[in-house]
Amino acid sequence: MKKKQKYFIEKFTTIFLVTFLSIVFVTGWTLSAAAADEKPIKIGVVTFLSGGAAGPFGVPARNGAEVLTEALNAGGKVPAPYATKGFGGAPIELVFLDEAGGVTKQVTEFRNLVQRQNVDLVIGYISSGDAIAIPPVAEELKKLTVIFDAGTPRIFEDGSYKYVFRTGAHATMDNVGAALYVTENSPKIKKIAGINQNYAWGQDSWNDFEGAMKAFNPGVEVAVSQMPKLFAGQYGAEISSLLSSKAEVVHSSFWGGDLEAFVLQAGPRGLFNKSTVVLTAGETAMFRLASQIPDGTVIGGRGPHGVFAPDNELNRWFRNAYNERYALFPTYPAYKMVQAILGVKAAYEKAQAANGDKAPDQDQVIAALENLTYDTPSGKVEMSLGKGHQAVQGTAYGTVKHVKGQLTLTKIKHYPADKVNPPEGVKSEEWIKSGFKKTK
Amino acid sequence: MNRFDYTFRIMAAALVVLLAAGPFMPQWVLFLITISFGKGLVVLGLLLLLRTGLVSFGQGLYYCLGAYTAGSIGLALGINDAVLSLLSGALMAGLLAFILGFLLAGYRGIFFAMLSLAFSMILYGILVKTAMLGSTDGFNVAVPSFFGTEISGNRIRYAVYVLACLAVTLAGFLMNRYLKTPLGRLSPAIKDNELRVEYMGASVRRAIHIKYVLAATLAGLGGALTAVTVGHIDPEMAYWTTSGEFVFITILGGTGSVLAPFLGALIFESIRSFAYEYSPNTWQMVLGSALLLVILFMPAGLWSVFNMRRREV
Amino acid sequence: MMDLLTVLIDGILYSSWLFIIAVGLTLIYGVMKILNMAHGSLYALGAYAAASLVGFWLNHGYAPLGSYGMLALAAVMVGLVMGPLIERGLFRFFYGKDEILLLIVTFALFLILEDAIKLIWGVDPYFVSEPYGLLGTLELGGLNYPGYSLIMVGVSIATGIGLLWVLQYTRQGKLLLAVIHDREVSLAMGINVDRFYLITFTVGAMLAAVGGAFTAPTVSVVPGMGVEVIVLAFAVVVIGGLGSLQGAALGALIVGLVRSAAVHYLPEIELFSIYLVMALVLLLKPQGLFSSVEARKI
Repeated sequence: MKKKQKYFIEKFTTIFLVTFLSIVFVTGWTLSAAAADEKPIKIGVVTFLSGGAAGPFGVPARNGAEVLTEALNAGGKVPAPYATKGFGGAPIELVFLDEAGGVTKQVTEFRNLVQRQNVDLVIGYISSGDAIAIPPVAEELKKLTVIFDAGTPRIFEDGSYKYVFRTGAHATMDNVGAALYVTENSPKIKKIAGINQNYAWGQDSWNDFEGAMKAFNPGVEVAVSQMPKLFAGQYGAEISSLLSSKAEVVHSSFWGGDLEAFVLQAGPRGLFNKSTVVLTAGETAMFRLASQIPDGTVIGGRGPHGVFAPDNELNRWFRNAYNERYALFPTYPAYKMVQAILGVKAAYEKAQAANGDKAPDQDQVIAALENLTYDTPSGKVEMSLGKGHQAVQGTAYGTVKHVKGQLTLTKIKHYPADKVNPPEGVKSEEWIKSGFKKTK
Repeated sequence: MNRFDYTFRIMAAALVVLLAAGPFMPQWVLFLITISFGKGLVVLGLLLLLRTGLVSFGQGLYYCLGAYTAGSIGLALGINDAVLSLLSGALMAGLLAFILGFLLAGYRGIFFAMLSLAFSMILYGILVKTAMLGSTDGFNVAVPSFFGTEISGNRIRYAVYVLACLAVTLAGFLMNRYLKTPLGRLSPAIKDNELRVEYMGASVRRAIHIKYVLAATLAGLGGALTAVTVGHIDPEMAYWTTSGEFVFITILGGTGSVLAPFLGALIFESIRSFAYEYSPNTWQMVLGSALLLVILFMPAGLWSVFNMRRREV
Repeated sequence: MMDLLTVLIDGILYSSWLFIIAVGLTLIYGVMKILNMAHGSLYALGAYAAASLVGFWLNHGYAPLGSYGMLALAAVMVGLVMGPLIERGLFRFFYGKDEILLLIVTFALFLILEDAIKLIWGVDPYFVSEPYGLLGTLELGGLNYPGYSLIMVGVSIATGIGLLWVLQYTRQGKLLLAVIHDREVSLAMGINVDRFYLITFTVGAMLAAVGGAFTAPTVSVVPGMGVEVIVLAFAVVVIGGLGSLQGAALGALIVGLVRSAAVHYLPEIELFSIYLVMALVLLLKPQGLFSSVEARKI
């Protein structure tokens, strides 16, 4: 009897497995085939939805995307020149993908996003690691991809792409700006130290900051540069090392959970009192860790976003809409996401107009996006580097000061785009080394 | 002779079906199958080790090494030929295994598992701190060429897929034959009782060393294949959770046949891929539960389903 | 020489943290011969539970100093809930089977728990930083250290001594030592091995949770925080010898000091210095520093 039972169980399992696999494959197949005839414009949005980067980064970015998309699809809600519904009348549909899991996984998922889910374009990527790996794949698959946040300068300096754009300025801007700000606001700086994540973003940020500081403060030396692993989380020994370095300025491009852990661990140990700490991506932690960030810390927002944003109609609308929906104010990831979507919208509608008001194809949108200048809640964005694929903006920095228990930023200084971004065709590193020459 | 023909016939038939159906399948299916085959190769090596009674929690070491070798010869020497990439990855992995095998062949059980894990984490640590190889980000692997000719965009996926199918069939065939040789048949004997094997006059240590090298070579081949397919490699491939995945697939598929690893890998990748898309926060739970169910109710793995008629007495 | 003192202090601080997370693992292995890959998940559970409890406590306006009690309570609760749940509900079915099989079962458990945490607490980070700042700072070796670090050292020393005392001087502890030494003979002598398994695993889970709970105030509590911890715990336990408490302490000390020295002098090798030590120890003394050679059963 036993043997017969086992036989049946196994027969059943086989049939179940075969059926299951077939259903899975057929569903995937038909979904991917059917998606091709849909009318809405399907945008794949890749951002951190889990892990340490989700809370401060991925989630605000996703929220920004949702708020904007809802308003756009309703038509007439977003201030000019973005009042048309969706993209030129066609509704927008967002498909979210979690950016967690490492670079190779992201490359795999990008392929799935494009080939299985048939998105029309991809907007995403916070991590510089992902942002370096995806462009060649985007070119191979010929899919318009807009990088909205990742900061490494290498993307358009080490390569040139037709299908890839970046609507946010890169790390050089942040770090040259930081160097300018601390030099202007601190007395004689003899030693600098840094703690940055050991991957493209951290390495490039530190290199640019070090180079810029040396250019602005001849004779300054690097006391120590700590490069812990991304997402390490525990920085006790590194903080000790920074404290003993006795540097006047400590630079960090930390973001997400790492930034928060660093602030929590370094604050009580007095690092922020002994040195001026510059957090180039600090704006995201500003609200969540308001009471932990001591006075005197220098904070950047990777551009004129959040509290650094200008008071224009778009910004007022955006802050209002975001706050109504989420009871919080948007931070820079949300701004940059909005910047990306608006950029595509502007390009799409420009191409549409040139196409006799018919829906433009991908090549036409790409042509329109190249070298475009458009308005955003953060001011004007110019796609003027990387042969028209890389955006530049100005940037701003401020110093933390607690007023009546609330964290505010004082001594806010804005820097125009051309002062903190390299000119077209010149690599950031060379630009800094050459003393910021404006040559072509 | 009977068993040999059965498995061989299935493999040959599968190969023909896969190659014929290839041009008609969507790109993402080709991609999924190729990735599954890459992992399946690693698991094939694990099958050999498991049959010998050893579980390696560090196959990621060779998987990663194979991938990085394939990528590096492209980066440093400009060699992008697909077959050369695969061979170099396999070779490098085999070499390292040969060296490490002298140490590892003396360990069993938990210690073998832990030591193999330690070595894979060492490679991970080295790669993360090596800026030249991109540290945590890794680097992109160039589009492969085939025997000197460049293949146009759309056909690349199919070309790599064909290569994967051929590699897998070859590996499966060779492994199947190997398992019938005297050295191959030593595996279950060693698993049962090492002392007796020694009394019979065979060197257990040497046998394990050889099997370890074989498993590593397969893992390196799988890694190189993955590198060529995905177009990107990073140190995560050497992290212990990757090695854990391979062990997972081995258990899932079972060790009953050389076809089991590939079946297991296919199922795993399919579930993983779809689960990630639809519920990114519960796919690990689904896989973990599936693993538990398999261990509890089908300890010989999913392959035992096909073994109904040909059960060992 | 100030530098050397700093390295020493940092090393000891890190070691105490390592000891807490490793001691539970080694205890469980020693008694049950299970290498629990889900140990890191229990650690994470402790951290999350601590975050929730402390948040609850402080929101109700109770005395901030009580938050330390909340941390301990969180750990105890996690242990009491997860211990029996896992041991009775899962491991029980696999006793007597291959050691390796249990290892894989714990791996499956790890996968499940990782997602369970995300489902219960969501993906946003939690902060429970109040306990961290409460004790001010002190100056050691010319640098400031938070008073909280001393708590970690205190907890780990207390745990170590407590466990040692229980094992050596109480009746139950001696029975446990018997079970560790030889399960079958203990069973034959009438010891209720099953009950000891349950108690041991519960205590082990509690210890993992203690590690997590007391670490929570120093980091942002995020999903995935347990993954890195498992390998560190493994390394320490393997170096010290699986099942040995003294081994775990020595292992933690060695790893802590090596890593601290690496960070200060040679940051490039920091990451794999731990695994290097682990490999070295395994090569020279395969059973770890503190364990006896086991007779091979034919």
